Amino acid sequence: MMDANRKSRIRKRLTDWALTGLLFLAMCIICLPGLWIVLNSLRPTVEIMAKPPVWIPRELSFDAYVAMFSGVGQGGIPVVQYFRNSMIIAVTSTIISLAIGMSGGYAFARYRFRFKGGWFLGLMLTRAVPGIALSLPLFFLYARVGLIDTHAGMILAYTALNIPFTIWLIDGFFRQVPKDLAEAAQIDGCTRWQAFWQVEFPLARPGIASAGIFAFLISWNEFALASQLTRSTDSKTLPVGLLDYTAEFTIDWRGMCALAVVMIIPALLLTYAVQKHLVSGLTSGAIKG
Amino acid sequence: MATLTLSQLDKSYGAFHAVKAIDLDVSDGEFVALVGPSGCGKSTTLRMIAGLEEISSGDIRIGTRVVNDLPPRDRNISMVFQSYALYPHMTVAENMGFTLKIAGRDKAEIDRAVTEAARVLEIEPLLDRRPAQLSGGQRQRVAMGRAIVRDPDVFLFDEPLSNLDAKLRGQMRTEIKQLHARLGATIVYVTHDQVEAMTLADRIVIMKDGRIEQVGTPDEVFNHPASLFVAGFIGSPPMNMAPATVQGGRLVLGDGAALPVPPDITVPEGARVTLGLRPDDLYPEGHGIHSEDGHAVESRELAVDISEPLGNETLLFVPFGGSTWTARMLNPRAVRRGETLRFHFDLSRAHLFDADTGQSLRT
Ligand SMILES: Nc1ncnc2c1ncn2[C@@H]1O[C@H](COP(=O)(O)OP(=O)(O)OP(=O)(O)O)[C@@H](O)[C@H]1O
Ligand SMILES: [Mg+2]
Repeated sequence: MMDANRKSRIRKRLTDWALTGLLFLAMCIICLPGLWIVLNSLRPTVEIMAKPPVWIPRELSFDAYVAMFSGVGQGGIPVVQYFRNSMIIAVTSTIISLAIGMSGGYAFARYRFRFKGGWFLGLMLTRAVPGIALSLPLFFLYARVGLIDTHAGMILAYTALNIPFTIWLIDGFFRQVPKDLAEAAQIDGCTRWQAFWQVEFPLARPGIASAGIFAFLISWNEFALASQLTRSTDSKTLPVGLLDYTAEFTIDWRGMCALAVVMIIPALLLTYAVQKHLVSGLTSGAIKG
Repeated sequence: MATLTLSQLDKSYGAFHAVKAIDLDVSDGEFVALVGPSGCGKSTTLRMIAGLEEISSGDIRIGTRVVNDLPPRDRNISMVFQSYALYPHMTVAENMGFTLKIAGRDKAEIDRAVTEAARVLEIEPLLDRRPAQLSGGQRQRVAMGRAIVRDPDVFLFDEPLSNLDAKLRGQMRTEIKQLHARLGATIVYVTHDQVEAMTLADRIVIMKDGRIEQVGTPDEVFNHPASLFVAGFIGSPPMNMAPATVQGGRLVLGDGAALPVPPDITVPEGARVTLGLRPDDLYPEGHGIHSEDGHAVESRELAVDISEPLGNETLLFVPFGGSTWTARMLNPRAVRRGETLRFHFDLSRAHLFDADTGQSLRT
């Protein structure tokens, strides 16, 4: 008996170690490209292109970053404008997608209306169309109405792209909030509107936050549409800005990596800031459970 | 506190008629229980009173105000949900104080009211916890606390105890009764548990298929059921029911066995009826609840099929007249299967119901 117990305890510990090891390995593989980019942004192209690859850098410098910000003409690119465009476009489209996603998600979760299933399916189907397939029609359309190379055009495109997703995600979270809670709030003296903001919204917040992060990242990283619909520093976003580092015959890998790092940082910061809202299981305890 | 009046209250969901022209007067400080089988419209009625469900027609009055189209917040009611519906993101204190906070009361006043309610319900140590950290019984108390923290005109309860285990349910039942006594509140209490209704309520409303079958005090609905449905629904174990025909002034049962027609009930010859007799009124000689003096008691030698000893009493299942009857034996002794005992039928306490309409023939 004792023996069986000890054996099973040892086996459990071994399994734990093995799982931890595997997880670590998986994390390394996932993080490697990111680290590689950071590393490459700090060393000369010769070393980046070296075969076999050089893992331990011989010299590190911030030249690429200095060059990037040193203005057009001195090897720099208009990174500040790109950053500004990206921010304006991503933040605005995220806010609009969230507002519409919340109203839509709430409606789908709470109300019964005609053709509800059809509407929902239709929304989801729009996501089945690959973004790149939309770029040409969108280009013609935008050219007609004068939205090419404007913030508004990009915001519109990204909002449309994100709405089905935010509705779908937020709908799922509102569904998890028991209907009784909003009713109890109304009995406690809330209007329908107050009940939403005081009770249902806080409980669905993890879902809304995740939807926000996803919407932001999609807009922030999108390249295919942006490369067609933007022209100048008026609206070019950071991903499109990466192209500035390609010349006819050469690619400045170091500069590109440096810009990629500049792109990654705000995304990381945002995700970090929002993740504390992602605590799940908030609704437990509302009902008997 | 206030009165509550429902007149011709009606509710349809599309083609489905859930509540049918209900009339009910609840007086100030009265405890009324709505009982009935699942799906009979109890919750729908309660939710219409609360304003959570639109009414199709009729009137709801709280005090002298007609509240038909007022939103829940303007009706000054409190409600305890079957699911408790506590706000998971708020502490117990915040849950209880929420209604006052929304009403814009100041913090000191909210604290005072919450502390007072917590004291009454003995949940003071829990005030800083969240609902997820409470047991089922504690959540139930918090839900009650949320209802009593302000001073509503009417309290509504929708099966508040049905999620608790039997022991806790008994305990909470007593507490609700004490709470009612101390608050003097007007209460409408939905339950499908007839024991809860009998023990708590001043008056019981028995519903069936969206209609009221009978309204009466626990004593009235128990001793004078207006219909077969009420007779079968109230009382545990349920009343014995046997179909019978009136022949030669006697009730002829299924297999030809006969009993006299209960005194003070007149039925025409040939009428088809249902005889109802509570297990308390059928007992082995010397083991009855009531004294036999002045009662029309009819005796039969019958063989016991099954006996269920419960300690203080034993339930005996006895085949007679084509059906199996439940008899209640007080001061029980061991009864063997197949043992023949002398059973008394206390017919002065029996009921007769019209076989077609189910209405009581006792006037
Ligand atoms: N939103 C709705 N749409 C259609 N029918 C409904 C709706 N809500 C309730 N009903 C129907 O109305 C009837 C009464 O429902 P109600 O919830 O009042 O029953 P109840 O007496 O509370 O039953 P229970 O004891 O099971 O809680 C049921 O037959 C139910 O199916
Ligand atoms: Mg119900």
